[in-house]
Amino acid sequence: MTVVDPLLQGLVDSLNAAYGLCLDDGRLEEWPEFFVDDCLYQVIARENVDNGLPAAVMYCDSKGMLVDRVVAMRRANVFPEHFSRHLISRAVLTGIDGDTVSAEASYALLQTRNDGETRIYNVGKYVDRLLIKDGAAKLVSRMCVYDTHRIATLLATPI
Amino acid sequence: MNDMVSVGAPSLPTAVDYKVYHDTQIFAAEQRSVFKGRTWCYLGLEAEVPNAGDFRATHVGETPVVLVRGQEGKIHAWVNRCAHKGATVCRSLRGNQADGAFVCVYHQWAYDSEGTLVGVPFRRGLKGVGGYDKDFDPANHSLEKLRVESYKGMVFGTFSAEIEPLEDFLGPVMRKYIDRVFHRPIRVLGYSRQYMAGNWKLYSENSRDSYHGALLHLFYPTFGIYRQSQDSAGELAEQGFHNVFTVSKPKGDIDYGSFGDEANREMQGAAKLQDGSLLQFRPEIEDDVGLHIQSLFPSVVLQQIQNTLATRQIVTHGVDKTELVWTYFGYADDDEETTRHRLRNLNLVGPSGLISMEDGEAVELCQQGTIGAEGKHSFIEMGGDDVRGYYAPMGMDENAVRGFWKGYLSLMGDALAVSAEASA
Repeated sequence: MTVVDPLLQGLVDSLNAAYGLCLDDGRLEEWPEFFVDDCLYQVIARENVDNGLPAAVMYCDSKGMLVDRVVAMRRANVFPEHFSRHLISRAVLTGIDGDTVSAEASYALLQTRNDGETRIYNVGKYVDRLLIKDGAAKLVSRMCVYDTHRIATLLATPI
Repeated sequence: MNDMVSVGAPSLPTAVDYKVYHDTQIFAAEQRSVFKGRTWCYLGLEAEVPNAGDFRATHVGETPVVLVRGQEGKIHAWVNRCAHKGATVCRSLRGNQADGAFVCVYHQWAYDSEGTLVGVPFRRGLKGVGGYDKDFDPANHSLEKLRVESYKGMVFGTFSAEIEPLEDFLGPVMRKYIDRVFHRPIRVLGYSRQYMAGNWKLYSENSRDSYHGALLHLFYPTFGIYRQSQDSAGELAEQGFHNVFTVSKPKGDIDYGSFGDEANREMQGAAKLQDGSLLQFRPEIEDDVGLHIQSLFPSVVLQQIQNTLATRQIVTHGVDKTELVWTYFGYADDDEETTRHRLRNLNLVGPSGLISMEDGEAVELCQQGTIGAEGKHSFIEMGGDDVRGYYAPMGMDENAVRGFWKGYLSLMGDALAVSAEASA
């Protein structure tokens, strides 16, 4: 068994914690900055992943596309007003290749709409590749594989 | 005309009593008269069950149904309810039952892929004790079977013994457009499931409502992408309840990719799309149609939007619980790059669709807004008060919504009146 580098573990966990809080605070414009320019962000049902099917409900293969999502949310899309709350587990580092780390972490995304009730909106796991550079981690790819394949109403805010 | 509709007046295609979205007796009547009545309900795609033994859980209205490819290659469908105690027989969403046998876990009654009972444990009892009467005939205890027919790889089932063949139910106009999408073999790319706290008819109206497109879905105008110079067409089937709406890019004109740049100059302050590849459209059929939304009553929408292809199956779990099962597909001969392009385009549609997510919200808003509004009526007169076979341009018209109600009211007939009396 290999010993996990505590520094690396800390970088990945710090990124996840900051990522969740960024979305939950509604600082959407900062969200694309967690990614490198040439990134891939997907939100995909576990039933698709398990069956080797590629269709995702969000598929952004550039940082520009992440920015477009945010602008659309702010200016175009109509969705129920809500708060998001991410609970993210400690990451498991699954591989290290030079300055790139592979990691997975479980998430639970709670949502509170205007009726005040907090519901389990989406749970799943992040399957990530991260670039470690200048003492910080950035996402090269993040695949949000969701168990909750019944999406309530719609999915507007990224996971 | 709507102001002349008095409280409690019967529903018309132009003015529908809001209680149709809330009344549990109407919901029960719909299960009988619409979903189990004289209709063909969409069950899935042949491509989802390509091999013998492949199965997929599906629904007709609220009723759980299983679609199975039999050992001989034929597709069967049966109600997922054991003939013994009513237990769910098939407990997975999909899979392959290599031996073609479906065994209820409760008492191990076994059925073949057609739904015929083929095995009952201890039928003769144990050591001469127990067992069924010698008159017990397994042939009388099969799963409830649906009649199944396919058109161009879309599989439909019906409970009705009297209904016309599927091709006639769809009619020539609808078939022409289905042919368009299924012009070559397809490959399933995946699923998403959207669960709306609203009545199924609100979604059925929404998918037929071409009026809301540019008003509710503001993605295009926000990014300065105008569509008013495009050609559109709307066609209804004879019964009124199936419809198709298409929008084509202007012939010989600019491609979609440059719409953003073109229109941004006209629309000051519009946001600029950072990555236009999301919107790129590569015509795959000579007609240049970039949007094709086809609602086949009562339970499916077939779509091509840019290079996204999908069916949206409507599952009715309750008066205010509607599940939309999106099945995304491409063509079987797509290369890796084409698939990636479709995945990028898929950002536009589905539960997170940049130009479609609002439909889920609209359905719920109408459900919430009509609580306690029994006897009050909607107003569906955009573009007239009649139901026409053809309409256009750009769909500023509720013709197809009126067509839905015309077909629905005709199928429901007395059932609506009876539930009105019962609740009075």
